[in-house]
Amino acid sequence: MIDDFFIRALIAGVGIALVTGPLGCFVIWRRLSFFGDTLSHAALLGVTFSISFDINISLSVFIVSSIVALILIRLQKNTNLAGDALLGLLAHSSLAIGLVVLGFLSFIRFDIMGLLFGDILSVTLSDLLIIWIGGAVIILILSLIWKPLFASTVNYEIAEAEGLSPEKYNILFTILMAAIIAISIKMVGLLLITGMMIIPAAAARNLSNSPKQMVIISIIFGLLSVLIGLYASLEINTPSGPSIITTSLLFFILSLFRLKK
Amino acid sequence: MTDFNNEKILIKLVKAGISKDNKWLVRDVSFEIHRGKILTLIGPNGSGKTTTAKIVLGIHKNIEGEVTSFAKNIGYVPQKINIDWTLPIRVKDFMILTQELTDEDIDQALKLTEVTHLKNRNLRSLSGGEFQRVLLARAIGKKPDLLILDEPVQGVDFAGEVALYEVIKKISDRLQCGILLISHDLHVVMSATDYVVCLNGHICCSGTPNDVAKNKNYQELFGEQASKILSVYEHRHDHAHSSDGVLLKKKL
Repeated sequence: MIDDFFIRALIAGVGIALVTGPLGCFVIWRRLSFFGDTLSHAALLGVTFSISFDINISLSVFIVSSIVALILIRLQKNTNLAGDALLGLLAHSSLAIGLVVLGFLSFIRFDIMGLLFGDILSVTLSDLLIIWIGGAVIILILSLIWKPLFASTVNYEIAEAEGLSPEKYNILFTILMAAIIAISIKMVGLLLITGMMIIPAAAARNLSNSPKQMVIISIIFGLLSVLIGLYASLEINTPSGPSIITTSLLFFILSLFRLKK
Repeated sequence: MTDFNNEKILIKLVKAGISKDNKWLVRDVSFEIHRGKILTLIGPNGSGKTTTAKIVLGIHKNIEGEVTSFAKNIGYVPQKINIDWTLPIRVKDFMILTQELTDEDIDQALKLTEVTHLKNRNLRSLSGGEFQRVLLARAIGKKPDLLILDEPVQGVDFAGEVALYEVIKKISDRLQCGILLISHDLHVVMSATDYVVCLNGHICCSGTPNDVAKNKNYQELFGEQASKILSVYEHRHDHAHSSDGVLLKKKL
């Protein structure tokens, strides 16, 4: 049963949605959408390293995205360039370097579309292990740091004044973002992973009154998007990542009706 | 500092100061905060009030001078706080933001600031005055020794302002905590305070509200209107500062 590529894709997608739900809420609350985008652009560089040095894609992406995240945090403190310009600078330069390096690797047949938009056919049994073990670790860490992370998200000054060292949790959270990008890149694709995080969370915001409620609804929307998106992908032969994201957009549009009441 | 020397000291600053990029943000600040008393820091914008509060909070490193703290538990109300629309958060969620509180603790704190009825409301739906009271309630949730309030009447109309200072006074009496109050409006300082420190990069003058009101430096700093309780704030500099806050000779 697990040999069936569709079942594997479903298990992978469910695993990813369980993690992107809560992470996505924090991405929205902390206004880190473009930060996530930058990290996922940098992921391409990670992929080229993984091919060049023959290491695991997720591991390589995780390392490169984490490094870019730390550089970003450092630069945001030490330069006068506005945050969005800095994000664009790093996003596109790491994407460009990744593509240039990829050009040197012309001897390898490589599915660039699959990398950008995700490919359900490519999900192997070891990918499933990476997604579920990696995802479990991310959720475990997130639940351990939930309180101080949430406090510093609501108000940095209060968290700092009451001894919660918000800076530390800021860094930890960006590393968790690099991790979710690393484990979901094959499935959703690097151009769409931020969408996978923020669209279900945005839809959930329209329907919720408390932070925990928003996280739960966000997970539910994520799961439904994966199930419906993958099924559509199978039936009408559309790429998996875009199908999932389109489905989550439908949920967002539906959530707007509730908001108007 | 002789007015209440038998009270228990919560925090003591002796010639405390901090500099950044070779400029003094604030320097030579000395005062004590005592249990059950309200100390107010007044001064114009950029005079180092918030910086001083952060020194008391222990956030700043590399502090000159001495800071001795006996406060175990500090509650803080920051100067500006914006709750983003994307964040659905109710008053009761906000109460336990940095602390574990029982329902009883939450109710007590909300009752003390007279906003029990707002417990289930969304933070973004509150008015300016309601929001400030909720901020206060959160800060006193765990019954702190020391409460630091950075401009706690922001965005509140005049009637609300007077009521809010009564609440602060009540907190001080009820919880017997020390309060460091930062303000730039004068009339409040005169009514609800035990001790006033007038700051302008350094301490211009300090004492009981009455002493300070009579003090020449204070009158020069705040102008003739200082004698009137309900005065509009106006900063008249009696002396010049170099860019690092060092006093230059009098202009006059």
